[in-house]
Amino acid sequence: MAARTTKTPRTTRTTRKKKPLFDGADWSFDTLRVVYDAIEEVARKDLELDFYTNQIEIISSEQMLDAYSSIGMPLMYRHWSFGKHFVSNEVHYRKGAMGLAYEIVINSDPCISYCMEENTMAMQTLVMAHAAFGHNHFFKTNHLFRQWTDAAGILDYLEYARGFIARCEERYGVTEVERVIDAAHALMPHGVFRYRRPRSPSLREEKERRKERREYEERTVSYLWSTVPGSVHSAKADAEVRERKRELHLPEENLLYFMEHYSPVLRPWQREVLRIIRNIAQYFYPQKQTKLMNEGCATFVHFHIVNALHEKGLITDGALLEILHSHTNVIFQPEFDDPRFSGMNPYALGFAMMRDIKRICEEPEDEDRDWFPDIAGCKDWKGVLKEAWANYRDESFIQQFLSPTVIRQFRMFAVSDNADDPYYLVTGIHDERGFRKVREVFAQNHDLSTLEPYIQVVDVDLLGDRQLKLQHTRRSGIPLDEDQKEATIAHLKTLWGYEVKMEEVTA
Amino acid sequence: MGHFVDRRLNPKDKSLGNRRRFLKRVRSHVKKAVDEAVRTRGIADTDRGEKVIVPADSIAEPSFRHSAKAGRRDYASTGNKSYQAGDKIKKPPSGEGGGGGKEGSDSGEGEDDFLFVLSRDEFLDLFFEDMELPNLVKRGLKQIEVTKPYRAGFSITGSPSNINVERTMRNALGRRLALRRPKALEVRALREEIFKLEKVSKPTQEQRLELNVLHELLEDLLRRQRVISYIDPLDVRYNYFEQRPEPRERAVMFCLMDVSASMGEREKDLAKRFFVLLHLFLSRRYKSIDLVFVRHTHNAKEVDEETFFYARETGGTVVSTALVEAQRLIEERYPASEWNIYIAQASDGENYSGDSKKCVQLLNEELMKNCQYFAYVEIVDEAEAEFLNSEENGVELWREYRRVANRWPNFAMKRIARPGDIYPVFRELFAKKAAEDNGG
Repeated sequence: MAARTTKTPRTTRTTRKKKPLFDGADWSFDTLRVVYDAIEEVARKDLELDFYTNQIEIISSEQMLDAYSSIGMPLMYRHWSFGKHFVSNEVHYRKGAMGLAYEIVINSDPCISYCMEENTMAMQTLVMAHAAFGHNHFFKTNHLFRQWTDAAGILDYLEYARGFIARCEERYGVTEVERVIDAAHALMPHGVFRYRRPRSPSLREEKERRKERREYEERTVSYLWSTVPGSVHSAKADAEVRERKRELHLPEENLLYFMEHYSPVLRPWQREVLRIIRNIAQYFYPQKQTKLMNEGCATFVHFHIVNALHEKGLITDGALLEILHSHTNVIFQPEFDDPRFSGMNPYALGFAMMRDIKRICEEPEDEDRDWFPDIAGCKDWKGVLKEAWANYRDESFIQQFLSPTVIRQFRMFAVSDNADDPYYLVTGIHDERGFRKVREVFAQNHDLSTLEPYIQVVDVDLLGDRQLKLQHTRRSGIPLDEDQKEATIAHLKTLWGYEVKMEEVTA
Repeated sequence: MGHFVDRRLNPKDKSLGNRRRFLKRVRSHVKKAVDEAVRTRGIADTDRGEKVIVPADSIAEPSFRHSAKAGRRDYASTGNKSYQAGDKIKKPPSGEGGGGGKEGSDSGEGEDDFLFVLSRDEFLDLFFEDMELPNLVKRGLKQIEVTKPYRAGFSITGSPSNINVERTMRNALGRRLALRRPKALEVRALREEIFKLEKVSKPTQEQRLELNVLHELLEDLLRRQRVISYIDPLDVRYNYFEQRPEPRERAVMFCLMDVSASMGEREKDLAKRFFVLLHLFLSRRYKSIDLVFVRHTHNAKEVDEETFFYARETGGTVVSTALVEAQRLIEERYPASEWNIYIAQASDGENYSGDSKKCVQLLNEELMKNCQYFAYVEIVDEAEAEFLNSEENGVELWREYRRVANRWPNFAMKRIARPGDIYPVFRELFAKKAAEDNGG
């Protein structure tokens, strides 16, 4: 592979230099098609990417704003909160405080990318390479997306969802539907399954289990025990609670799922609304977990592709410079004391890590051999990267691949912030002793299970007072935000219909 | 293989439904902003959008979140300059957040109040809302420009119904002459000649030759007739119409208002709505409208809008002074031959005893002859409105004005206690206008 990349420029230099595919800023559909084919050739033959069929849609800036407000999806049910986001985006955009994205890409089959009509031809080239091949490959191959999302069905499902909710609005009134959606949106982060659920037992299995249990009870009944005062009763109550919890699959962390299935007050259409929102939340869950990898993958791919195109002489020096200008803006990482700093830039880190993997595979140093004995010097960087894109998420990817070189390059450091202390404690820097600490902390910063509160339904007595008991497990002593908690519980009450109690326990 | 789809021509405003739902959600705030705008803006300035500020908490979207106030967190950050492991960095004073690359604000609490702009239509909708305008009227008022087709010469393209026959025929004639297309008359004459010659039973050599020549000539004529068409697409001309904004003449609108102490905040607010609505009606009809403000206590004066609505003055109440002042201004600046004159008067109905008769005289003899429309509103308390449910009853001024109203069809009067009462004052004015539109 390496031989080939070095050979390509030589052949182009000595033999005929190909004519650039376009010149100047204007684009047309014909040029787009020609450039798309050139990109596809690199993506397929050189990078050997695996992607869904592409559908590239050209939209205007107003349509981009529209797309923004419905979380990037081409179809969405109607809700005031999308209107709110639209209005706020519009105000920002008109003020000039915010640029619009060059593209939006949707994890669907065919994979839809929106490109803005304002883009120059060079930008369209970049955007196509980035979205239609980088993101597309990631969507198709990453295990989280494969496991949790149905790319072929999502657009149909959204169409159905929009129609269903519109019909509900007609039949039951906008306010009534809005009440349910408001509540469901509040619980959306807690409306996903984080792990594969065990298969639910069939009715026959369930009956058999119940029969076995009864037989066991009959066999083990001992009248002697009934003479001990009190104990039987409590033992029986305990057994009841255990049985109840088992039947309701408690504890349950998917609050929306629980409401949908066990709420005593919801009507069927309301349960369906919850189900729709739960499914959408689940659809987006992999994206939340792979931001760094997804963007890193797309950035790495576009960078490779546009350079390959330039080497072949298919794009001009001017176009390459314009693309690189955007590229460097995208991967710009301000330092912590810079006023522009707003956290770690997933594009920058993702791209840097993937470039570094390539380097480790091709020209490793001793340090890399110590840290990455499996891949150092193996030359097959494409294989390693594709392996990583397919089988990791942000947190595990960082754990596995964040190298000392990248930590040094960004001069990363880890700090610990204890709310009670008047200072931050630096726990590790980019030195021999600190690499592992920094890597661990950085990985943890990308672990959704520590970023989001850990809340589950622990008990409910459906035949008794029907009070719903939730439990928040505090980690590192971090409590829930009180105001938010109350407002959210109020929403939960509208869905549950009865009292809802939340206790906070320390892990 | 990729597909390209051009979506630019798709309908935009996909999120209009969401926007409408959002506006409904923040209704109370939007309505407040609109009312405020009506109060503070100039009368002629009403029909444009308005900025609305909504406090963030009324549109919050809560969820379970971690509190930033307690517990221990670990961050990785970039750009280390001089820190070593074990260093302690002082936290910035609380409330500022920021420094050290930490989260700027507590999640959820840093949200600012929400600011956005209503479009002109949305603004007018809300403005009209409690005025109880019929939908047709609302639509009419919101339309910005009325255009009418005007003849503007001729064009070479157009619809068949617009063919200008005269032009077309003239062009055809010119072309036929220039290309020397044989006339039907010529052909007929030639045919007759041939016919004559052919009738000869024993033609001479000379005649035979002539016949041949004539036959050739006829062939040639017929050929040319075929080739040079009678009417060519080139000749066709169509009448061309240009959409021009309807020429609207100039109008002047007099706002007369009693500003004596009995006119409070509420009364003035209602009066202002009354003036705004009349102005909106008029601005539909006339290109430019002059606004004249005349306020009066026991004497009347022309003032600017600011003073008209906000300055305070004390004194008695003599309504006729305002009419006299209006009449003087009309004679001085707005001759009835050049201007459409509209007069809107608002008052709480009080008048110096005996003055009302003088008002009636002024109206009957001078003003009503000159003006297109005179609208009078008497602003009363809601309780009072119940009490004065009959048109007949009322204070002196009201009773006297009733006589004017009976005599002049272009005099409208109404008691108003709520914004919803204002529109009926203009109903006739608008109905007449609609009839004119339909007729013309």
